[in-house]
Amino acid sequence: MKVYIEHEDREVSAKAGSVKELLGKLKINPVTVVVVKNNEMVTEEEKLGPKDDVKILSVISGG
Amino acid sequence: MACNSCKTKPVFTLVSGKKLCKNCFIRYFQKKVRKNVRQYGLIEKKDRIAVALSGGKDSTVVLEMLNQLRSDCPYFELFAILIDEGIKGYRHVTVRAARSYCRKNNIDLHIYSFREHFGFTLDQMIKKLKLGPCTVCGALRRYLLNKAARELKATKIVTGHNCDDEAQSVVMNLFRNNNSSSARLGVVTGVKKDKRFIPRIKPLYFMLEKEIMAYAYTKGLLDKFVECRYAGEAYRSEVRDMLNTFEERHPGTKNAILASFLDTLPLLKKKYGTSEEIAYCKACQEPAAKEVCKACTLLKQLNGQKSAKSI
Repeated sequence: MKVYIEHEDREVSAKAGSVKELLGKLKINPVTVVVVKNNEMVTEEEKLGPKDDVKILSVISGG
Repeated sequence: MACNSCKTKPVFTLVSGKKLCKNCFIRYFQKKVRKNVRQYGLIEKKDRIAVALSGGKDSTVVLEMLNQLRSDCPYFELFAILIDEGIKGYRHVTVRAARSYCRKNNIDLHIYSFREHFGFTLDQMIKKLKLGPCTVCGALRRYLLNKAARELKATKIVTGHNCDDEAQSVVMNLFRNNNSSSARLGVVTGVKKDKRFIPRIKPLYFMLEKEIMAYAYTKGLLDKFVECRYAGEAYRSEVRDMLNTFEERHPGTKNAILASFLDTLPLLKKKYGTSEEIAYCKACQEPAAKEVCKACTLLKQLNGQKSAKSI
């Protein structure tokens, strides 16, 4: 699936069964992000599929 | 897996492990912020509230919350102040977002700039002064915000400070044995009674940064992500990362830090005399902790002998 990491302004391809697994693979602390799947915010337990559009939004202020 | 309140699809997990759907999360968030406002008596009848708006998520969310509160209980006035420090590639984006939000919601926005009031943008100051940008920006922002709020006859200044910000400050002060700075923290700061010093209140004090981000997303308040080029004060970033690691392993750590801190805050205030009268800067007559305020000290370095008042 395609994953857009907003605060790094980059897109990566990843394979993961759930949000939790995806964040683990990307070494991102779940406390520091909100994950959006197909324009809807989701929890760490959310299942992910190859056609999903995933965005990772950093919760840390930019200034 | 379902929302613990209404059994629909959850979108957010609270620190307690409770899962909430979008509507229940929005209700949880609003209820918790309103409880903080009520419990600490943050807003009183006839208050004229100035929200320190940056255009970022925290200040936009706090403005949205207070605007809702004003719609439900119109017993106070509300407007926003934005301090434009002059940071290339950053501030103009957030100014645009702030203007757009205020226009849509019929909120008066007053913009005060470093260049207009101090004669230099922050970018120019950093080139001249051999000091960290956050040190310069912090002192001058506080100075200008207080002055602007007073000119606009605000009775209180609202900031978007949240649980993460405060927990970081508490830990930083602890690690640096800086208890006198901690005495100035809390849900309400600037509690010294003085007509020149506008008290600051923090309605989002108990909200986690992640909750604020989630609320901003669900309410469609997020603009394009943009980062201040000076962001990432080294020491604060280290403490923030450490606390986030702890929070992941031990959910509730940040809340516990605040609860413990608030327990000791009355003792700190007593010891460090924050209830005594405010002193005034000899150069500009603005409220100050020392004989000459930090803003005048910095501006003297920039301008030779000029004080903040003479610019």
